[in-house]
Amino acid sequence: MSLSNSPLATTSETGAPLPPPDPAAVTASGQKIRTPWREFWRKFKKQRLAVYAGVFILLLILVAILAPWIVPFDAENFFDYDALNSPPTWTHWFGVDSLGRDIFSRILMGARISLASGFFSVAIGAVIGTVFGLLAGYYEGWWDRITMRICDVLFAFPGILLAIGIVAILGGGMINVIISVSVFSIPAFARLVRGNTLQLKNLTYIEATRSIGASDATIMWKHIFPGTISAIVVYFTMRIGTSIITAAGLSFLGLGAQSPTPEWGLMLNEARADMVTSPHVALVPSIAIFLTVLAFNLLGDGLRDALDPKIEQR
Amino acid sequence: MFSFVIKRLLGLIPTLLLVAVLVFLFVHLLPGDPARLAAGPDADDKTVALVRADLGLDKPLPEQFVNFFVNAAKGDFGRSIRSKRPVSEEIAARFWPTLWLTVVAMIWAVIFGLIIGISSAVWRNKWPDRLGMTLAVSGISFPAFSLGILLMQVFSVKLGWLPTVGDDTWRHYILPSITLGAAVAAVMARFTRSSFIEILQEDFVRTARAKGLTETVVVIKHCLRNALIPVVTMMGLQFGFLLGGSILVEVVFNWPGMGRLLVDAVEMRDYPIIQAEILLFSLEFIFINLVVDVLYAVINPSIRFK
Repeated sequence: MSLSNSPLATTSETGAPLPPPDPAAVTASGQKIRTPWREFWRKFKKQRLAVYAGVFILLLILVAILAPWIVPFDAENFFDYDALNSPPTWTHWFGVDSLGRDIFSRILMGARISLASGFFSVAIGAVIGTVFGLLAGYYEGWWDRITMRICDVLFAFPGILLAIGIVAILGGGMINVIISVSVFSIPAFARLVRGNTLQLKNLTYIEATRSIGASDATIMWKHIFPGTISAIVVYFTMRIGTSIITAAGLSFLGLGAQSPTPEWGLMLNEARADMVTSPHVALVPSIAIFLTVLAFNLLGDGLRDALDPKIEQR
Repeated sequence: MFSFVIKRLLGLIPTLLLVAVLVFLFVHLLPGDPARLAAGPDADDKTVALVRADLGLDKPLPEQFVNFFVNAAKGDFGRSIRSKRPVSEEIAARFWPTLWLTVVAMIWAVIFGLIIGISSAVWRNKWPDRLGMTLAVSGISFPAFSLGILLMQVFSVKLGWLPTVGDDTWRHYILPSITLGAAVAAVMARFTRSSFIEILQEDFVRTARAKGLTETVVVIKHCLRNALIPVVTMMGLQFGFLLGGSILVEVVFNWPGMGRLLVDAVEMRDYPIIQAEILLFSLEFIFINLVVDVLYAVINPSIRFK
């Protein structure tokens, strides 16, 4: 264990990029107590685009949850044979696809799949990556070297290639897509958390905690992990966008969701055949993926700017 | 410089070994019996046993691994289950179209990314910045496969300016490379902007301005070289992204490259092809990262002497 932190470091941890949002670290500045949460909210609400994006995502989640009850038509088993490839009308808001299915209903049901695949794949990657990153950063030594070497190897495969390889082993279907997309989130989170852990564990408050006899597990979980949360949250949000695109890409390639599932990537692939006569069938799922991913990216940008203390000075 | 390259090369060995082990194990992780897959669905047990012996799958695992490794080093990956041709031949025919596509996409992505990123940083919070960053955030949010389909619809089908599929002339490269490079250009633009903004606040920039240099000279001569260091790193990371993205773009544009071959192979469970492709893609990625590391050392001398 390295104890290299200089005893001259009497100033507080102002140099740390992401101080822990620990309630104990609140600075009372006169009238109003500046808790990390208030501080975050004050900065975040200045980023209007990110706030809109956040509202959009909340609405989308709501729609996704309620989709089975609010869709006007059955997304998989309703066929309007009189309106094949029909452009948007009052009955079919987003038009009809080549089999006579209502695109609006399919988009709403597809939101469930895309949000779930984005969220769960990143969540799995984040949990596993964080645990490995914390252990690697805290203990260093051989464990760190092995973890980082495995991360290097995982990084040596372009994300979608790794996902295709895993789908080739496990077979298609959304669950396998989620697993395969999550695998390539693991090394990114592991590195992020390891880097933060390496910085935090040499700070004075960790030394103080250790000196009162806290166990390694307590130090890692109660004192280091909270300090990495803000970085994790930012990365988590940004990663969801990438993961939604990757999952939709796998379905587009025919390796993910199978027909007639209303998955956006799959819908886009099925629409290619009739692209010339009815481009709206491909356009609608494209816009759906674009807006969803855009919202997550804008929210991620906003969270980053609000949570990064270095931004304030500019 | 030489010792730096050697050191980096040696550092690659464990990574390469792990990649080789993973790719080797890939066949054994596949559900079902690879020998039965290779023999075909109608083969009886005797034929399957013969095929198994022929493929060397009846030997103990470590021996199989050594064989795999030796053969792979010689470029021998066995035969494709589907076409029965040697895997090396199948891939060789597909290698160059993919490489050219990624290189062309990379070149224009870097050029546009740098221009957009630098102008956004120089005119920060003015309209070029707003426009550039709107384009950039849209670029990273638009999936390559839908961009490709939409571009093809507009420029090939509706306007008839460009060919739809194939790779015969330079005009065939325009749409696929734009599709593939868009996301990378967007990432480069965002990254260049933030690294440029930091550099514009450095003391040496103030000095350069104070001694009366024009803003153009300050930006091009003094800032660019320093801003390039993080940008080159990003370029290396993005190359892997391009290789992966090429899989989707090749399917959209029916490009005769490795990506389409891989997707077909996964559908057909043509495992020798999948194995060789994953290995090749990874090697390419590792090699590019090495090149980036070396470039990095060329741009920034202080790294060489660490």
